[in-house]
Amino acid sequence: MMLTRRDILGGMAMTAGGILLPEAALAAQPRRGGRIRVAGLSTSTSDTLDPAKGSLSTDYIRHFMVYSGLTQYDGQLRARLALAESIATTDQTLWRIRLRKGVQFHDGKTLTSADVVYSLLRHKDPAVASKMKTIADQFSQIRATGPYELTIRLATPNVDLPAILAGSHFVIIKDGTTDFRTAVGTGPYRLKLFKPGVRTIVVRNSNYWKSGRPYLDEIELIGIPDEVSRVNALLSGDVQLIIAVSPHSTKRIRASGGYDVLETKSGLYTNLIMRHDTLPTSHPRFILAMKYLLDRELIRRAIFRGYGMIANDHPIPPTHPHFLADLPQRPYDPDRAKFHLAKAGLLGVRIPVWASPAATGSVDMGSILQESAGRIGLKLAVNRVPSDGYWSNHWMKHPMGFGNNNPRPTADLMFSLFYKSDAPWNESGWKNRHFDQLLVAARAEPDQARRKQIYGDMQLMVHERAGTGIPVFISFIDGYDRRLKGLGSIPIGGLMGYSFAEHVWLDG
Amino acid sequence: MSTTLILIARRLGIALLTLLLVSAVVFTISSLLPGDAAEETLGQSATPEAVAALRHQLGLDQPAPVRYANWLGGLVTGDPGQSMSSNLPVSEVVGDRLPNSLLLAAMTAAVAIPLALLIGILSAVYRGSRLDRSLNIFTLSMVAVPEFLIATIAVLIFAVKLQWLPSITMVPEEATWGEFLRAYAMPVMTLCFVVMAQMARMTRAAVIDQLTQPYVEMAILKGVRPTRVVLTHVLPNAIAPIVNAIALSLSHLLGGAIIVETIFNYPGIASLMVNAVTSRDMPLLQACAMIFCGAYLLLVLIADVVAIIANPRLRSQ
Repeated sequence: MMLTRRDILGGMAMTAGGILLPEAALAAQPRRGGRIRVAGLSTSTSDTLDPAKGSLSTDYIRHFMVYSGLTQYDGQLRARLALAESIATTDQTLWRIRLRKGVQFHDGKTLTSADVVYSLLRHKDPAVASKMKTIADQFSQIRATGPYELTIRLATPNVDLPAILAGSHFVIIKDGTTDFRTAVGTGPYRLKLFKPGVRTIVVRNSNYWKSGRPYLDEIELIGIPDEVSRVNALLSGDVQLIIAVSPHSTKRIRASGGYDVLETKSGLYTNLIMRHDTLPTSHPRFILAMKYLLDRELIRRAIFRGYGMIANDHPIPPTHPHFLADLPQRPYDPDRAKFHLAKAGLLGVRIPVWASPAATGSVDMGSILQESAGRIGLKLAVNRVPSDGYWSNHWMKHPMGFGNNNPRPTADLMFSLFYKSDAPWNESGWKNRHFDQLLVAARAEPDQARRKQIYGDMQLMVHERAGTGIPVFISFIDGYDRRLKGLGSIPIGGLMGYSFAEHVWLDG
Repeated sequence: MSTTLILIARRLGIALLTLLLVSAVVFTISSLLPGDAAEETLGQSATPEAVAALRHQLGLDQPAPVRYANWLGGLVTGDPGQSMSSNLPVSEVVGDRLPNSLLLAAMTAAVAIPLALLIGILSAVYRGSRLDRSLNIFTLSMVAVPEFLIATIAVLIFAVKLQWLPSITMVPEEATWGEFLRAYAMPVMTLCFVVMAQMARMTRAAVIDQLTQPYVEMAILKGVRPTRVVLTHVLPNAIAPIVNAIALSLSHLLGGAIIVETIFNYPGIASLMVNAVTSRDMPLLQACAMIFCGAYLLLVLIADVVAIIANPRLRSQ
């Protein structure tokens, strides 16, 4: 397989990045200049400029402002070439990458393969404490073969390498960088000010490798953790763009003349986890019963106000190219749930479910589930615990609880992280050797049709057997000032998959 | 006067001891919290190896007493340590936020104290009158309404509807006086409502208490004007409980402004401390605790000294 610039870049320069744009934006001509203020979801002293340590959406946004990756996602989460000019492989194991020439860091240094080798290899160093260490461990060797050429040898074949490299953690920093009090990258904006927990200000990089871009002169990124305050800040004109609007606020934003919301359908989900290592949650009939008890339509309507897609108990969203469309949708069917519970002799038992605001919507989902279960004689007790410490103390630690998983660019990442038998985050503790074999086989399979078929089989297995109930895929909702144009959807996260900075401009 | 100095010295000694005890208590309680800085930093992605590596890097693999001793040793030599979540010196992180909190507290005090004194004295002098009753109802209802409600309603009216004031308080360095005052108007107003009531009620009670004394009657009989009676005869005698109330209110402004900081997204020190707790950032948490506790002790000490200086009878004791 050979991805060349011509194949993969497509009409990138012409269609503003190959991203799906709202219709109004397509008509308008990008305009240079202006300054906006953007409110992210969080801000604290742990804000970082180190791409390896990025852990929150505000970090990803900041990193995509100042750094660029070898590849980047388009609106369908396909990897497009960015700093790489070509990425080629014949066996999905040894990858040859040629870099775009003449790209300069913000301090004027030219990008070379040494920078790329350093940026990628540091994720394997335990002292760096990279969030991507487990993924980077598959880079068995990365070597510069010329000033603008390098090879990556993987431990096992993985056809998804270009997609992995488009993540914000794998953006390119300067060779030898260890101090992250400031940031020198090749991204669309230069860092002007960085105060952890307060604000980040970036200014236009006139030397950006995509000519003509970016459009804005300056962006100030702040964090407003409180959703009501964030929406108020937008409506009072203090900020022009906000991330993570609650479905309940969308009406208010739409009603005010100058503002609007943008829905990005995504693979984000909150799921019911049933552990396979303890009874009764490991009983196949119990698992099936709980999946039939999820009133997906009600959850979508009542909790997410319709901002979501009905899910089918597997983690691949309908928008994904590898989605298994033939799989019949599992309905809400209390009678069948009761039948399975009665067969398993579990009617009338009392089981706790752990929920927390940390897993979006899980407390309300727990209540809805409790209600449905009560009607067929299954007593669920919803234990509501605070967000603080939920992931380290409750997640995966109880027979039944809720988890929350961000969208991943590829089916492989989703399955490897959360469903592979030996994955550290195998939430339900589901073990299936055949599934693991399919996962490895799909990684080495260059034929798209064949891969789609394998991933389809895997979705079916998770749908039928894994102890995970996925009721809906939750949409990302951004709020914006209507004068801001060019905003689109990249379904890896809100604000165009955190990379809005190089796409948007101010009109008038 | 020397007795006052001895008193101050003794108070400072006790204050240091209190700080030491508080730091030990905060350290113990926060180490009872589930999880540590390494786990919280890694969050959902905490694999055992990653946690172990980060723990070692942060020095969290040492036993708790050793960590406490290290921290205390650092503090005595003037180094409050390194913030675990941000990897910056604690002094730098706190130094960024503390001036903001002090500024907000100072502006609130500048508005709230004169207003509270005025309300208190007026309602004491005209006690029982319609003015007294309406002022009473006003202050009591202000203290009864939760501050998030006041703040939220203020934002909806002044920021979203009228667009007179910004909904978030972020003052850039090059702000003009006008921008500065507009940015602070709503948080200062909200905090004033919270702290004013207690000071006003205490002032009223103390002044009324003095107004019933024989010496006031004597002064009035001698024909001293009412303003003079209140300002030069009554107030110095009533000052002790009033400054105490002021001191308590001011200490609330520093550490208790968390709701106002959240709603107006103001980078103060109260939200810094909450951050420190959720990220289990022990050195930062300790530093915040020391600042709050130290400020409280200092304010109470000042209140006592003012009371002594204002009252000749206490001075000679």
